[in-house]
Amino acid sequence: MAEEGERKAALETIQADGTDGNCVTFVLHDEDHTLGNSLRYMVMKNPDVEFCGYCITHPSESKINFRIQTRGAIPAVEPFRKGLNDLMGVCQHVLNTFERSMKEYRAQREEEMQ
Amino acid sequence: MAAKRGTDEMRDRVVLGEFGVRNVHTTDFPGNYPGYEDAWDQRRFEEAFRVEVIREEEGALEFDMVGIDAAIANAFRRILLAEVPTMAVEKVFVYNNTSIVQDEILAHRLGLIPIRADPRLFEYRNQGDEEGTEIDTLQFQLKIKCSRNPQAAKESSDPNELYFNHKVYSKHMTWVPLGNQTDLFPDADFRPVHDDILIALLRPGQEIDVLMHCVKGIGESWVLGQRKKCKDHAKFSPVATASYRLLPDITLLQPIEDEAAEMLQKCFSPGVIEIQNIKGKKVARVANARLDTFSREVFRHEGLKNLVRLARVRNHYIFSVESTGILPPDVLVSEAIKILMGKCQRFLNELDSVPME
Repeated sequence: MAEEGERKAALETIQADGTDGNCVTFVLHDEDHTLGNSLRYMVMKNPDVEFCGYCITHPSESKINFRIQTRGAIPAVEPFRKGLNDLMGVCQHVLNTFERSMKEYRAQREEEMQ
Repeated sequence: MAAKRGTDEMRDRVVLGEFGVRNVHTTDFPGNYPGYEDAWDQRRFEEAFRVEVIREEEGALEFDMVGIDAAIANAFRRILLAEVPTMAVEKVFVYNNTSIVQDEILAHRLGLIPIRADPRLFEYRNQGDEEGTEIDTLQFQLKIKCSRNPQAAKESSDPNELYFNHKVYSKHMTWVPLGNQTDLFPDADFRPVHDDILIALLRPGQEIDVLMHCVKGIGESWVLGQRKKCKDHAKFSPVATASYRLLPDITLLQPIEDEAAEMLQKCFSPGVIEIQNIKGKKVARVANARLDTFSREVFRHEGLKNLVRLARVRNHYIFSVESTGILPPDVLVSEAIKILMGKCQRFLNELDSVPME
């Protein structure tokens, strides 16, 4: 992908003037419910988050508005980053567990065949 | 105690009522239930999470994922359907087509044929690249001509006897290596997954001579960097289907005996309810709720509908993945999970590269 000029950012933020970073809307390009809903779930599990939601602005456009509002003085980027890291952690664990289970299942079937 | 049972039910069961479904949404977020620890804890998740493979057959896999939420299970399902890449015929160069099948119909049919080629060995084709290089394109040729069989009996009307090559099957597609592909893939045998897909019918004198370019694509694609949704095509979907259902949970609220027990057994799929003989009386018992398809027949019987609670376990997913044959189903599931990780990584990289105000 070309870096300059051609590449549009995949992530933008929108923040109302006068606020101090507690409530931010992230615009995620080229995404849909697949990442939106799973990321929303992970961010909602964070006790510092007062509000988290996402919406698809228009079905013909491939972007989602992902809004996070934190309680207290925490900048909204932090739960966003934590949510992404947590989701990575979940996926990694699911992958390991799934592959282990497949190995065990196949080993067990081999034993039964013999 | 009853209150706690009620909240437990709200938290982990989706209840199927007579006219509607209750407790559909996930509510176990921090702060909703006093006394419950709902904040995300990776260690607690890892302790409770398990995967059990139930059955693996030729091209189909059934496995259980327990301890995960709907949002993430659905993300895996969506990725399996639409975002795991495969190779499929995209461009068809028609040199000669005198068959009865129109060019565009023939090209459409060729595109839908699953091609046995591991997509991880190839790259995506660059935008606007018409020619295709050896790392992103597979070339196939279909060249077939129908002729009359001079030895056929005079009165015969069986096309199999009268003509040669009158049925064009997918086995007639041959791989034409591009560039150095013979060196890159010395043992590879690229061909359609199934040999017996009927593509077209011919009669003597008709012939088909086409060259096909296979590229890597996904079921639905966002052309990155262009802010424009560009659906590749459903032909790139690697699964015949991928679906999940929640584990059924049937509870008998009161003991059910004799004729009521027999009627109850008929209301559910075979094997779900078993009748035991206790002290001479026939008593119904839930043997295996997993087999039920929840037709809700029990709600049509006045005497039975208040004695049974139909519910589903909220975090127990029974996945069923059927592959089209390009990649084995367990490889598809692994790839889907890696693709979700890739999406997260992409945004983490964005966060780190652009200074956020």
